[in-house]
Amino acid sequence: MCGLGGILNRYGERMSGREIIRMSCMMRDRYDGRGGGFAGYGIYPRYAEYYALHLFFRDELAKERTEELLKDRVAIIKDERIPMRRVKEIPQENIVWRYFVEVPHRFSNRREYLEKEEDYITELVFTINDCIDGAFVASSGKNMGVFKATGMPDAVAEMYRVEKYRAYCWITHGRFPTNTPGWWGGAHPFNLLDWSVVHNGEISSYGTNKRYLEAHGYKCRLLTDTEVVAYLFDLLVRKQGLSLRSAAIALTPPFWKQIERMPEPKRSAFTALRMTYSQAMLNGPFAVIITNRDTMVGLNDRIKLRPLIAASSDDCVYLASEEAAIREVEENINRLWAPRAGNPVIARLDEEVREEVIH
Amino acid sequence: MVRNFPPEFVVRVDREACINCLRCVRECPFGVHEYDREKKTWKRHHEKCVACLRCAYMCPTQAISIERSPMEYAPHPVWTNRVRKDIKTQAETGAVILTAMGNELPYPSYFDRLVLDACQVTNPSIDPLREPMELRTYIGRKPEKVELEEEDSSIRLRTKIAPNLKLETPIMFAHMSYGSISIEAHLSMARAAKEVGTYMGTGEGGMHVELYPYADHIITQVASGRFAVHEEYLKRGAAIEIKIGQGAKPGIGGHLPGKKVTEEISQTRMIPEGSDAISPAPHHDIYSIEDLSRLIYALKEATRYKKPVFVKIAAVHNVAPIAVGIIRAGADAVVLDGFRAGTGAAPQVHRDHHGIPIEAAIASVDRRLREEGIRHWGSIIASGGIRSSADVAKAIALGADAVYIGTAALIALGCTVCKKCYTGRCAWGIATQDPELRKRLDPEEGARRAANLLRAWSHELKEILGALGLNSIESLRSNRDRLRGVGLTEPELRVLGVKPAGE
Ligand code: SF4
Ligand code: SF4
Repeated sequence: MCGLGGILNRYGERMSGREIIRMSCMMRDRYDGRGGGFAGYGIYPRYAEYYALHLFFRDELAKERTEELLKDRVAIIKDERIPMRRVKEIPQENIVWRYFVEVPHRFSNRREYLEKEEDYITELVFTINDCIDGAFVASSGKNMGVFKATGMPDAVAEMYRVEKYRAYCWITHGRFPTNTPGWWGGAHPFNLLDWSVVHNGEISSYGTNKRYLEAHGYKCRLLTDTEVVAYLFDLLVRKQGLSLRSAAIALTPPFWKQIERMPEPKRSAFTALRMTYSQAMLNGPFAVIITNRDTMVGLNDRIKLRPLIAASSDDCVYLASEEAAIREVEENINRLWAPRAGNPVIARLDEEVREEVIH
Repeated sequence: MVRNFPPEFVVRVDREACINCLRCVRECPFGVHEYDREKKTWKRHHEKCVACLRCAYMCPTQAISIERSPMEYAPHPVWTNRVRKDIKTQAETGAVILTAMGNELPYPSYFDRLVLDACQVTNPSIDPLREPMELRTYIGRKPEKVELEEEDSSIRLRTKIAPNLKLETPIMFAHMSYGSISIEAHLSMARAAKEVGTYMGTGEGGMHVELYPYADHIITQVASGRFAVHEEYLKRGAAIEIKIGQGAKPGIGGHLPGKKVTEEISQTRMIPEGSDAISPAPHHDIYSIEDLSRLIYALKEATRYKKPVFVKIAAVHNVAPIAVGIIRAGADAVVLDGFRAGTGAAPQVHRDHHGIPIEAAIASVDRRLREEGIRHWGSIIASGGIRSSADVAKAIALGADAVYIGTAALIALGCTVCKKCYTGRCAWGIATQDPELRKRLDPEEGARRAANLLRAWSHELKEILGALGLNSIESLRSNRDRLRGVGLTEPELRVLGVKPAGE
């Protein structure tokens, strides 16, 4: 059991971390204190054009070795210790640092520059996580960051001073781990570039998904199943150009019986998506919230074995494991509903939130 | 010289129960039971008995029992009874020992050393009686990615999808030729395949006219003998399989003796009646991967790119790079036939000593195709020694897309694995062309049993998926995380890509 929460301000107006912390606290029963975290989008407006790398180091040596690698691969615009308070519940195991970096211009004279640049950063992240003992990249997107640790979410928020950041989109997660040991890197949100994921449940198809991703150059080494969700969105949406809706069709496709009843040309499209992405399909009980710089998506497994509630007010869209978490922070709810199994709820900046009916 | 050759079986007849109806005399195709009408005496030729058990089940008074002969040579761990008998046989005949069905040596089975996971608490298992559970599988080339035209709620496919076979269950009937088995056996499997929504292979003997109504569920075969291969034949089936080798006898060809080439077989195979049907070891136009590629595309051209083309090979030491080459050469699926695969006739030395286990072949081919980033170019079909739904599940978890079953299908039709298929005297009407023996297999009953087997295994597969907390077979494919090895060595675990139990 875990608890998820997310808020997106449709107009891109930034809000302090207080509300997401309150949402998180409301679902305390769902956590056991072995992992909590937050991700905020819009928190670094002064450095918005740079990749913000949040890093955990177990010791000075790991930090030195990482910095050597960073200096070799990217230009560091600024780096600093992430300001933190001491909290007694969480032992200070790691050195936590952030780097604002850009990719040197010698890589920029190609056409598909942006995509290449993102692949370049992805590669860098995998190299650090994979090759440098005791170093871990918690997040690598622009104008965003992940704050997570082993502990209750409220303690984690207190430690990172989450309430002092302002973001137009926040997500949170509290953990009750049953499958993998609790460590800082194993807490949610998981992140790669702009993609962040919080997840409740289990991806029973992990082995299949992992091998599919590995064949596409991703390295799944985090000892947990959630990372595949982030990588699958990155692969399907960023690299292969699927829309969020089509990616959801690939990840939680309707049953064949439903597809057979569809009219053409819809049936062919759904059939092709399911055939082609059969190994990307997510199976097992789960609810996830996936975010990137302008979008927040909520998604359940195909038979809805984990809770997920959606709501909207005039300004904001909410997703949470429990209705109470949303009611805690929003009095003027226009609409509140339980999305159907396998249907993605897509909330984007400047758009009306919608549940895509694919099932 | 005295022929000191103990029989394998002894036929015991309860004299009190026997009513001298002589049914056993008519039923036994091997001439075990002999009755002298004048002297009114019985003689049982124990040495001819193959333990097919036909007589025992047909005897109206259940007077017959077949037992293993208690008479054996003195025990010796190295010079086993079988070794001694083989040597004596060869000393007598000067010939290669012929046999049938699959590898008999006690190699360990990896399937039996792999166990499946199950859900407890944190991930609920799924009840297939209450929730949808999907086994549908597509065999063939998949695109790297799908391109769509999307507007508001409309969605339209722009990518062209290569032809794929749609299987309602990931189990197909393996290629066994008409000639090696009877038309009744073929009809049984064809009907069952159509009914359940899967496919059967013709083998290299062509497609008998009686199978035409089921042709959309039949995979035709192009083997080194090229029997029956013509445009109509290729176009009639649902897919085409080029057979390079088979697991029961890797590296060697086949031989259907002229006396088995009856009129009907001669018509179906398109060879003269009574002539030997010889399949050479290699295809005489394939001496390299380029040649194979040319044949693949020749077949695709002939069928206007509407039929997927598979290539079947025996699982041999270097199976991974060979399979990769086959997929790169344009095949839509590679069929891996493991060293336990059955056959109608093979030299014992080949059957028992060539090739590698199918489990290792699946794992290494799946891995290599992924490493090269071309796993989606073609499917992996595993065959050879698949005995149960659990074997199917494990094969898929190791990386196969679907499996072929041969021996298991024949057993469903009544085969008792007596290993005498090559004699053409099958007591159960399966591996025979004798009109009298063939009557013993009723294709309608056969179809019902073959379909039942598929249904039973499919049902069990759904239960297995449910226990794993999955509701679709594609989430088991290559999901080696849901397998653990018991009693396997480090290198074996590494090849199979699974962790030891407890880890
Ligand atoms: S079939 Fe049975 S009852 Fe009839 S002759 Fe043979 S042993 Fe006797
Ligand atoms: S098919 Fe017939 S001859 Fe061959 S093993 Fe089975 S029962 Fe014996």
